[in-house]
Amino acid sequence: MSTEALEKVTICETPKLKSFLPIMHCTGCHYGMIIRIICETVEELDIGGRTILLGGVGCSYAWPMMFNLDGAACPHGRAPAMATALKRIHPENILITCQGDGDLGAIGLGCFMNALVRGEKLTTIFLNNAGYGMTGGQMAPTTLLGQVTTTTPEGRDPVAAGYPLHVAELAATMKGVAYSARVTVHTPANYTKAKKAVKLALQKQIYGIGYSFVEFLSACPAAWRMDPKECIAFINDEMVPEYPLGEFKNVERID
Amino acid sequence: MSETVLMDGNEAVARGAIAAGCKCFFGYPITPQSDIGEFLSKELPRIGGVFVQSEAETASIYMLYGGAMSGERVMTSTSGCGFALMAEGMSYISAAEVPCVLIDVMRMGPGIGTGGQQGQTDYRFAVSGGGHGGHRCIVLAPHSAQECFDLVQLAFYLADTYNMLVIVLTDFIIGRMAEPVEARAIEFGPVPVKEWALVGSANKEGRTDRIFGGASYPPRSVGMSVPAYHEHQRDKYKKIVETEVRYDTYRADDAELLLVSYGSSARACRGAIDIGRAQGLKLGLFRPITVWPFPKGQLREAAERAGKVLVVEDSIGEFVDDVEFAVMERVPIHLLGVWGRHLPGGSGIIHPERILEEVKKVL
Repeated sequence: MSTEALEKVTICETPKLKSFLPIMHCTGCHYGMIIRIICETVEELDIGGRTILLGGVGCSYAWPMMFNLDGAACPHGRAPAMATALKRIHPENILITCQGDGDLGAIGLGCFMNALVRGEKLTTIFLNNAGYGMTGGQMAPTTLLGQVTTTTPEGRDPVAAGYPLHVAELAATMKGVAYSARVTVHTPANYTKAKKAVKLALQKQIYGIGYSFVEFLSACPAAWRMDPKECIAFINDEMVPEYPLGEFKNVERID
Repeated sequence: MSETVLMDGNEAVARGAIAAGCKCFFGYPITPQSDIGEFLSKELPRIGGVFVQSEAETASIYMLYGGAMSGERVMTSTSGCGFALMAEGMSYISAAEVPCVLIDVMRMGPGIGTGGQQGQTDYRFAVSGGGHGGHRCIVLAPHSAQECFDLVQLAFYLADTYNMLVIVLTDFIIGRMAEPVEARAIEFGPVPVKEWALVGSANKEGRTDRIFGGASYPPRSVGMSVPAYHEHQRDKYKKIVETEVRYDTYRADDAELLLVSYGSSARACRGAIDIGRAQGLKLGLFRPITVWPFPKGQLREAAERAGKVLVVEDSIGEFVDDVEFAVMERVPIHLLGVWGRHLPGGSGIIHPERILEEVKKVL
């Protein structure tokens, strides 16, 4: 074997918009990949200098610290209201809210829906992991029927706790929404599709077309009491059948 | 340059905000303050501003919070149950230390109350800071349309100076009573530059800022330590108590009975004093303009000089708690509250004559 120095070629590196802080999420959590997708997409669109990223309550609370972007942490469910004000005051800024399923789907559903009703020019990254992660695995509106959580010890029973909430489909029904899609990052092919969806969503805001929304089905090993590999299987076998992947709305203009 | 215009307190609040350079308003309709939003929905777009009618006060307060992060001067207004819905956001704003102004035009009673008629029943809630976690807000209490116009401008100055939420606490009568107002922009002096504003790093030479509303992630310039954060807040509130107390007196120097009141009730007290003085009764008024920080020492001195105190407020007794705390049982304190109204139903107001009747019982 040659002793000459090998030429090193960078094939993968930390995105420039990723802050110096390490990803603080659990082993097997998909949030790190989603953070990378957001970083890379914002870099590729060259909008980092005018982007403001808002985290919700729960595991996305510290997300503003994860990016070299202006940002703020929002109270539970209120990111769309805060983003509305920031966007209306400085329309040239790009506003991204990152919200979990308890944040957006339960306590903040009204706040989110009314931002859609107003047709705000915002982008929401919705993190659906079928439960409350940070508080220890309680039922969320997105918890699957029969899924055991700390507040549905016998599994989610629709008589007592209703049915799973489909936010991407719901958002697509709203006139002011320009883009709505559901994606995952549980396979490399899906990761690529997810990145394309985030890029399209941000483009809808850049061109001022309407609200854009991307729902990620995301693993939560801690709440699900599963190892990372079991989580992948759970997404593939349980979540995707309930929450179909794909685009539910993609329009070039809203008349 | 100024002009004298006939306007009510609600319009004075809205015009005062514009005079202070506020171009952004977020609000939800609730009687008796809806006309503030109605007025600004017409005026702000004309001057390149932002008006958003929110879906709830829970959203208004967070639009205010988010808007304040932009670095612009922002305002909301509400009343009664809407004010209560804003409590959590008031706490977040106080924790994150972003400057903004909230107008509360008080109505009557707990719950739906009397459906938006006169009352002074948000007092205790406002001076407590309004939310969880032990924070404070400066609370200004105007008693005329002119003061509404002027104190809103002061509110923006204080908000920017101390990076905090400032509440202007008016009531139905002040909000709906039209008076001539000298409409002039007041120059208060420089305020800190909002270098931390979220405007995108391209507008800040590449620097990024993050705003968190909590002691685990302290605001700018405070170290990452929970005690350091709380000491910083304590020091800030202490400085405000020492430097920002404001109050007014009326014929109080030789008074033998001191009326203590604020807002619309203080206006009725002035009427009672004038009638009483004509009858030879030595009456005077002490009126806090800042109800937090409360003019404790100044009130105690005035009360001791007079020897007797009658508190007048349109509630079952909230403001009287602060008066008792200030006077420290050195002189007797009497209260005329909502039962002093001339009508027993949901309506009625406390007339000067009724106050004078009470004065004569106390003297």
